[in-house]
Amino acid sequence: MSTVRLILTCVGMAVLSAVAVHAAFADPAAAPAAPPTGLYESSDSLTGDNPIDKLVLVRLKELDIQPALVCSDSVFVRRVFLDVIGTLPTEQEARAFLTSREPNKRAALIDKLLERDEFTDYWAMKWSELLRVKAEYPINLWPNAAQAYYHWIRDSVRKNKPYDQFARDLLLASGSNFRAPAANFYRAMQSKDPASIAQTVALTFMGCRAEKWPKDRLAGMAAFFSQVGYKPTGEWKEEIVFYDPAKCDFAKVKAAAVFPDGVPANLVADRDPREAFVGWLIDAKAENPYFARAIANRVWSWLVGRGIIHEPDDIRLPSPDNPPVNPQLLAYLQSELVKSKYDLKSLFRLILNSRTYQLSSVSRSNNPQAAANFAFYSMRQLDATVLIDALCQITGTTEKYSSATPEPFTFIPEHLRTIALPDGSISSSFLEEFGRSPRDTGLESEGATKATAGQRLALLNSTHVQGKIAQSRKLGAIIKSKASGRDVAETLYLMILSRFPTPEELKTLGDYSQSGAVNQQKREAVVDMIWALINSDEFLFRH
Amino acid sequence: MSKENRPSNAGSLWTTPFGRREMLRRSLIGAAGAAGVALFGNPVLRALAAAAADPVKPAAQGKAKAVIQIWMWGGPCHLDTFDPKPSAGHDYTGPLDHPIATNVPGITIGELLPLLAKQADKYSVIRGMTHGNNAHETASYIVQTGRMPNDRLVYPGAGAVTSLFKGVDAGYRGLVPPYVVMTELQGRFSEAGFLSNRYKPFATGGDPAQKRFEVEGVIASGVTDDRQHARKDLLDKLNTLGNAAKGEPQMAASDLARKQAYDLILGDAGKVFDLSQEKDDLRDRYGRTKFGQSCLMARRLVERGVPYVTINYKGWDTHKQHFQAMNRLLPELDKGFATLLADLADRGLLDSTVVWCGGEFGRTPKVMWEPPWNGGRGHWGNAFSHVLAGGGFKGGRVVGETDSHGETVASRPVSPADLIASIYTQLGIDLNAKLPHPEGLDVRVTPRPEEGVAGGGLLKEIM
Repeated sequence: MSTVRLILTCVGMAVLSAVAVHAAFADPAAAPAAPPTGLYESSDSLTGDNPIDKLVLVRLKELDIQPALVCSDSVFVRRVFLDVIGTLPTEQEARAFLTSREPNKRAALIDKLLERDEFTDYWAMKWSELLRVKAEYPINLWPNAAQAYYHWIRDSVRKNKPYDQFARDLLLASGSNFRAPAANFYRAMQSKDPASIAQTVALTFMGCRAEKWPKDRLAGMAAFFSQVGYKPTGEWKEEIVFYDPAKCDFAKVKAAAVFPDGVPANLVADRDPREAFVGWLIDAKAENPYFARAIANRVWSWLVGRGIIHEPDDIRLPSPDNPPVNPQLLAYLQSELVKSKYDLKSLFRLILNSRTYQLSSVSRSNNPQAAANFAFYSMRQLDATVLIDALCQITGTTEKYSSATPEPFTFIPEHLRTIALPDGSISSSFLEEFGRSPRDTGLESEGATKATAGQRLALLNSTHVQGKIAQSRKLGAIIKSKASGRDVAETLYLMILSRFPTPEELKTLGDYSQSGAVNQQKREAVVDMIWALINSDEFLFRH
Repeated sequence: MSKENRPSNAGSLWTTPFGRREMLRRSLIGAAGAAGVALFGNPVLRALAAAAADPVKPAAQGKAKAVIQIWMWGGPCHLDTFDPKPSAGHDYTGPLDHPIATNVPGITIGELLPLLAKQADKYSVIRGMTHGNNAHETASYIVQTGRMPNDRLVYPGAGAVTSLFKGVDAGYRGLVPPYVVMTELQGRFSEAGFLSNRYKPFATGGDPAQKRFEVEGVIASGVTDDRQHARKDLLDKLNTLGNAAKGEPQMAASDLARKQAYDLILGDAGKVFDLSQEKDDLRDRYGRTKFGQSCLMARRLVERGVPYVTINYKGWDTHKQHFQAMNRLLPELDKGFATLLADLADRGLLDSTVVWCGGEFGRTPKVMWEPPWNGGRGHWGNAFSHVLAGGGFKGGRVVGETDSHGETVASRPVSPADLIASIYTQLGIDLNAKLPHPEGLDVRVTPRPEEGVAGGGLLKEIM
């Protein structure tokens, strides 16, 4: 790994020395294009100033793992945009951040991003994946209800509704799937028997896979959901979710209801047993072993790329299996979340401002436990939705979506970004190929994207992606402009990779434009350059 | 790995890098696994080991090597195709009341399928198909996975399962990916289910009936071969992060995927898709339509060893103007399907190729003459017909029958699970083999009795 770092450092130095590059792309008079740091790493190292970093460092020292350096500004700006708002920075945004000399510019950018509309879109999408917002098979919410549910979720994210309230609203929801959208929580699952509902609740709010529990524990939890009733109305596809005491005899429910920690519930007749469950799960003293832990761990894994308990929805308490790799760190995040009254944005802010989050993805350790202990940032391929939005942003193009279900057809405005699509059933072959979350099970792993040959074919050679580049007016204007080759390269690098090109890259580009490979026209050379950048791993991965 | 599944064209670029690394991985796991040495120290090996932690046992050699699935999306009417009921009267037959005899005594089929009537000895008609579901997406799921939609799992379809047991993991080394869909994915049905997107089909896009079949991603218009090569070199040089972090598992996986893609773009795959290499009169016999030429393309693919090809054939959801649609679609189906059977047989490929034709359900046997349907047919999951040919299945038989009006199955019900399990058996896929589930759940190729999928068992009558 140290060789890698050496190479990167050399590149950084080369940037500083601004060696001569090919005439077409070099412009000696221009201001120093690159920031005075390495390409991917800064010179800062992980220190224990912040409680998160302190706890991570303690653990890394115990394991004798050397953490990566803190990432460079260009890595940071790209990373934080993608992680927080699922959106690539524009050329202007990247340039402004990279050239700013504000000492606290990272923290300031984090604050700004947390207030962007795309924050709402992106995290409403995330929750819609976990809550399975999908009109069709296997969830079958049907378009009207999928829309209602999505907009309820989006609104909750927009208001930064305290997470305990969000959970309570969903768990206690009753009413029409059209008029009381949160009630769709109880419809968005393949089977609606009490044990299946309990499994869904355990997965969603306890981070547990209850199908692996001992049978009696699942049965004890299922009892709380044995009086959830469903009935149709006269309206097409409307369904009412309600407390139905007639569905299961109260004496039976009372005898069976045991909380997952083994404590029997003392249910009261004529009260919805879900209330008792929610009272246990979301208790006033926040002593429940699952609730705050599950969400703190989830948020960490969303941002850092890996859970402290991993997978983040595989908490196995009270079994000692799959323990947190850093229990103190998890306890700290959990207590901060509770202290903030379940303010998820403030937990985001806390994590994003840590140096641990801001570590480079270039590992400095060969220790196999380095990744699991957050010694470097985990690289992962862009989500399918984020990737297509990034391609649209770069080329100034849009995607056409339509719903396959005709009752009623969902109208989707052309400018709507893919991260803002409400319904998981509205898709495209690109999204399917790139492994967009199918919203079938609510498992976090469902949306994890793995590289496939089909994806690379689409990016390297499909009419879809080639067409986006070729038909782009935005890129056409850049190609036709009188700017020097170097300026064009700089613009495109900032647009696509959110950084300045290195001298070596400029030289490669200069050579390419002069080679016989392309028509000596600028157009082909620039098109190929854009093509190469969107096919580079640096573009395709969060890093 | 059985010998039969070993590379027939070991030099193929499509999988060679994987094959080599896979070999390396296997040999290292073999050597290191027992001793527990630091296999996981090497990130590349770590990634590859994780990718195949539970290595799949390839299918044994079965009678069939490949499947061509003609998927009639929307649900074709059984009465107008393979289960005519002329005595049920006009309200059931509509204008199509003169079914025709086939070359097998006792079997009659719809009057708009004269070419298929001459080939009934090659296929069997399964008239006892039933699952009782009338919703497109759910019925498609049931018919293509053989599972009922009653648990948290979303199972893979037959194509993905075949790709798992007869594809790259099983030693397939063809030029083209092992599971191909012409021309579009289904959209409302997730082909790979809980298997990773590695087992999803490759959708060709384009239109094989056009002068040049532009296979999405493989054949790009307006980019010369020289420029393709030059671009690739440029990308190699500009891939700064990828080059710097070569050892990282993510980068290794990305690099591998890109290499495989380039094998398709720069290798000979383009020739496989070049229908101009076929004789004009044969192309005419298939019909110069998207469906007809897709059938021809399917033959070319199985000829080259591709184990599973789906033709996604749309247009069968005929709520309105049903008979007009039949007059248009059935002659097209007849030409393409009949020529495919004859062509496969001529080339000696039919014995090793299952041809499976059908949709997610049948259609309302009683014609809906009233407005707004004005002579349409609705969805009918209680009884419908599928057709099976080749790959070890006997021809000239009928399995199961419906009542006098085609409304219910009167004898020998066949569930989608029965049908799919029969195809798997012909392919040599072990029905009890484990499917790799992401959470490690114990799930098998076909449902176990406790999963409650009712049916009449394997199609022993025609196997």
